[in-house]
Amino acid sequence: MGIMNKSNRTYVRIAVLGLLLVALVFALYSSFVKDPDAVKVGRAAPNFSLEQLNGPELALDDLKGKGVVLNFWGTWCEPCKKEMPALQEQYNKFKDKGLVVLGVNIGESPVAVEPFVKQFGVEFPILLDRQSQITKLYRIGPIPTTFFIAPDGEVKEIFIGQLNEAMIADKLSKILPK
Amino acid sequence: MDQRKCECGHTNPVGTLLCESCGKPLDVEVFEQTQFPDMRYEGMARRSQTYSKKWIDRIWNAFSSVKIAIGIIIVILVASAVGTVFPQQQYIPVPVPTEADVARFYTETYGTLGTVYYELGFHNLYSSWWFVTLLVLLGTSLVICSLDRVVPLYKALSKPRLNQHKSFLKGQKLFGEGELAPEADQAELLDRAAVALKKKGYRIFRAERAIMAEKGRFSRWGPYVNHIGLILFLIGVLMRNIPGFYLDEYVWVREGQTVAIPSTPYYIKSENYETTYWSEEEMPEKLELNGGAIPKNFQTDAVLYLNKNADVPGKKPELVEVQKGPIVVNHPMIEGDIAIYQSGVQEMQLGALNFVLVDAKNGNKELGAFKFDLYNPEAEQEVAAGIKVRVLDYFPDFIMGSDGKPATKTNLPKNPMVALEIVDGTAQVSEKLVYLQGSVLTQKEDARFNLTFQKPDLVDISGLNVRIDKAVPLIYFGSFIFMIGVVMGFFWQHRRIWVQTQDETVLLAAHTNKNWFGLRREVDGLVDQLQLPVTIEEKTKA
Repeated sequence: MGIMNKSNRTYVRIAVLGLLLVALVFALYSSFVKDPDAVKVGRAAPNFSLEQLNGPELALDDLKGKGVVLNFWGTWCEPCKKEMPALQEQYNKFKDKGLVVLGVNIGESPVAVEPFVKQFGVEFPILLDRQSQITKLYRIGPIPTTFFIAPDGEVKEIFIGQLNEAMIADKLSKILPK
Repeated sequence: MDQRKCECGHTNPVGTLLCESCGKPLDVEVFEQTQFPDMRYEGMARRSQTYSKKWIDRIWNAFSSVKIAIGIIIVILVASAVGTVFPQQQYIPVPVPTEADVARFYTETYGTLGTVYYELGFHNLYSSWWFVTLLVLLGTSLVICSLDRVVPLYKALSKPRLNQHKSFLKGQKLFGEGELAPEADQAELLDRAAVALKKKGYRIFRAERAIMAEKGRFSRWGPYVNHIGLILFLIGVLMRNIPGFYLDEYVWVREGQTVAIPSTPYYIKSENYETTYWSEEEMPEKLELNGGAIPKNFQTDAVLYLNKNADVPGKKPELVEVQKGPIVVNHPMIEGDIAIYQSGVQEMQLGALNFVLVDAKNGNKELGAFKFDLYNPEAEQEVAAGIKVRVLDYFPDFIMGSDGKPATKTNLPKNPMVALEIVDGTAQVSEKLVYLQGSVLTQKEDARFNLTFQKPDLVDISGLNVRIDKAVPLIYFGSFIFMIGVVMGFFWQHRRIWVQTQDETVLLAAHTNKNWFGLRREVDGLVDQLQLPVTIEEKTKA
């Protein structure tokens, strides 16, 4: 009786502890990976569609086959202002080689965005995220935040902070179509 | 060796305190009452205390310790308390669109302590990995502590202790013995005792020279039933982490605005927000409010829409109205699994500026009125025949930038500055002017056009809490089971009375798991009724 009982007991204990371990792993997994939909390097950039300042609605998926620089900005953000000319400069250089720069304005009205765009001579498409939906989708914290997206839609790099021309040029090499 | 033989012939597992069969104390020599084993688990061998050779047994033993369980509970208690010192991130009462805003909120509102609080992650305490781990450890401890005790207890109680060793009876808190007359009919005495106890609601177990009367055994299961309730409750809490089971979002919506509810295909519009106050006639007594007022109701009149274009975020929504009605505190708008609660408000916020364009060279004659919507301004408006107002620049939250040029601090219209151009097509005149902080600056000193102000549009911004919680039924069910367990354990007691005869003596002993006073009364009643020659002694346990 004793021996049989003892091994049974061990199995029961292993089963109970195993079950509880599964619960622990699940709980830990779900608290660590709290945000399974977060945009990350190596993953596909989630599709979206936004109205352009002075243009038709534009969807990210329509730009497959091109390298996309997705820049989130606001007129209240100093470093955003400072990097605008650099973005414009690189856009001029590579727009014929398959580069699209998209500036996503966060929650402002066209009346506030338009003069700003004119002042800095921005010519690349400006998208208006009036309700900050895409800003939330891309989990934007501090701005400027810039996503470098390869022609197949994969996010190659996420950069938070002000970019200069050299930095942009360097990162473009990863996403420009060959 | 994991067995031990009692003198009655029964073999008991190692760790048994009272022989499973005859009740004789096994390890202790009973000289004094204080050494008699505790009856809580019927003197059964708790397996966890017996074997600790394998690693699996060691883990099991650690979790079966009540001391460790209490330790875990204290840590959870302290952490939970700390989590309530400042609001959790989801309950921040102002809009915080980005992580940086969240950090700034804690620092600006609560100072250094707030910064520390944020940095240590207390702003998201209840879903942090270590808090969740503690909850699972508590659940583990609950399961193992219960299993470790309920199994031997069940085994013990399903074999009623009939015909016990004298030392077992003597060890009970209530005990008495007395000499019987040699001619007394012992069987008849036991019969009478059985009848008397049966009348009191006891279940009788009978042997030739012994009876055991028992009632309320089920109350011993109370603690285990309430643990099952707690475990269900914890499973419910964990289920919130399954995708789609739980959503807790906060949206701010202005009167007249339609906004997307994040993580759902819905949009919500606020048609009107209103706070109503108690009038003085409604108050039962006069209160010194010093001009203040007490709110009666917070209400957003809302329309809920389903977006048919929800598959592509940001795409121009195609909205279909699904519901319309008031959202009042504690009376959410419910759509399927989604509940939308009224939970915050910012009243009287600037929504639009109302201007009147006047002709300064013509005795300030009014030319026409126009509205400047601070959230969605029109680029150009015709104010009067041939006269247009064009927006040149708009800074919602004006600040002088570091480069000496006007700029905006945020995208919220807290301090709007507007540069306008007035174009009179017929007279071929164009003038620029700037509005800032309640005054107008004209380009020229003898300008023709000027602005006067009318009352601005003030809007109320409703804070709505959007929730899905599919685990709620399980959480309530667990709480209900918990209550049943508590009631079982609190309002009933497990009472046992033993009457045995041995040679020329009668032995009487009684045990209960609580309410000794009640048991004592029943035992005294029995002694009186049967006129037993015993004096009950009630021992106090150390």
